Amino acid sequence: MAARGMVGKTWGDRIVLGAVIALAILWIVPIAWVLALSFKANSELMMSTSSVLHPPYTFKNYADVMATSGVFHWFVNSIVVSGTATFLTLALASLAGYGFSRTEFRGRDILFVFVLLGLAVPEQAVIIARHQLFTDWKLHNTYLALIMPGLSNAFGVFLMTQYFRSIPKDIDEAAMLDNASRFKIFWRVLLPLTIPAQATLGIFTFLLYWNDYLWPLISATRPEMFTLTVGIASTQTNFAQSEGLGFLMAQAIFAGLPVFIVYLFFQKYIVQAVAGAAVR
Amino acid sequence: MSDAAAPTRRFRGADNLPNWRNGLFILPFLIVYLGLLVYPLLWGMWISFQQYDMFDKSATFAGLTNFTNLADDPIFRGVVRNTFVFVALTVPTFVVIGFALALALNRPTRSAAILRAVFFGASVLSVTIVTIIWKMMYLPGRGLISLFIGLFGLAPISFLTSANLALPAVAATTVWWIIGLPMMLFLAALQQIPPELYEAAALDNAGRWRTLWSITLPSIMRTFIVVVIYEIVAQFQLFGQALLLTQGGPNNTSRPIVLFIYETGFRDWNLGYAAAASEVLFFLMAIAAMLQYLASRRSETH
Repeated sequence: MAARGMVGKTWGDRIVLGAVIALAILWIVPIAWVLALSFKANSELMMSTSSVLHPPYTFKNYADVMATSGVFHWFVNSIVVSGTATFLTLALASLAGYGFSRTEFRGRDILFVFVLLGLAVPEQAVIIARHQLFTDWKLHNTYLALIMPGLSNAFGVFLMTQYFRSIPKDIDEAAMLDNASRFKIFWRVLLPLTIPAQATLGIFTFLLYWNDYLWPLISATRPEMFTLTVGIASTQTNFAQSEGLGFLMAQAIFAGLPVFIVYLFFQKYIVQAVAGAAVR
Repeated sequence: MSDAAAPTRRFRGADNLPNWRNGLFILPFLIVYLGLLVYPLLWGMWISFQQYDMFDKSATFAGLTNFTNLADDPIFRGVVRNTFVFVALTVPTFVVIGFALALALNRPTRSAAILRAVFFGASVLSVTIVTIIWKMMYLPGRGLISLFIGLFGLAPISFLTSANLALPAVAATTVWWIIGLPMMLFLAALQQIPPELYEAAALDNAGRWRTLWSITLPSIMRTFIVVVIYEIVAQFQLFGQALLLTQGGPNNTSRPIVLFIYETGFRDWNLGYAAAASEVLFFLMAIAAMLQYLASRRSETH
């Protein structure tokens, strides 16, 4: 907004800036607090947390996290589940998006509306029957059970269909004159043009799976099948009486740091992905 | 990918005619969609009409019994009320603070970019980590809020075990967690406003408030509606924060609908009753989704 704000700092500007910075401190302090506590010995935190600004500090909690907790295993589970699910979502959504936007077949438009209706269905409305279904299929406590449900999310199909529609038709018409097959046009010509949409949908899907809590909580009941989110949650019980507060804090930092680093690198795409999903 | 194709030679090969084979592109997704969404959705509706025997897990058709029982269940009425209170606490906060932050941070400076990242950053964390952070804030005695108010000689407050404060504490955590999303949506909308409008206002010597009222707000009306309805739908689904911070307590005062569904279905295994509760939630959210659809159509015709 070049029209205002460039004129020089007024008192109004200063007050706004002060208020925003005060609010920002409120947003940073909780994380800084947990970060600082993670470097404190458990025994010290048993008595009091007020010494957090004074040494001694220790790395022992982090060493313990690596050595004793299931965190690393859960981390690998989360990577496997979120990574595979992201890949499959991109494949399904790209194929369907191409089909809906570029090809003709009977019932196409009705089918598209039928898929869009799925956007209005919340997970909670299907979760009980889905749990029964996976029990019948004996799938609980497998990677497959954690990966499959989210693949039915219609949002990716919607996003990819919109994106394919925005690509000029001349491009595939030219390829069609060369007698290329439908799949070849999709794979060689159009798919490479959709990389920005793939990045957006990919990051969105990855975060959705990485942070999902409800489904993995009811499907994965054996600790070795926990995702990071469920695993960390399982260690949170009896927080107030906990003798290992420093350890718990280190575990939280360890679990949160990877996403945070990814966020710092891909900020632009993440914001687009999350905002784009909301305004669908 | 050449532009050399003569525009006069429009393709007229069999390829562009309707062909059932083209449906194969849709088929993989359609199978997953039918199997994992449509089928469980319909089956869930069927389950909601069933009465499950807790001992031998057999089911008998019960008509609307589950729904009438829900209507008479004081706990279910309580969780519906809690959910509405939670929505009423969070959604206006998201809109007001989100919009204020967007206005304040809509400038091309480096400090504004850093502040935007600060407010959005927490949204990428999972609910588990966010609740650990906030338990460590709320913990009486050793939590940061206790230490802070202790400086002024005030006694520790047990936020999460107080009937009056538990739900607001869950709401505050939620606002801290995902305020970045409404902020980013408002920012995106602000950047769509043509700068000429502001230049014209500046020529008219319109003041800051006048500009806000007569240019900024009308221009982003659609985003306002989107944010409000999106947040209503999202906050209706409160689950993880409540389960991990308060377990729905004390005395059910912070138990939301989804936590009720989870406990009824997957702890008590009373599947019919849980499914009926999930249909009620679906119905409430469908109303909100319908409003979103109507609102977006209306603003498009304007």
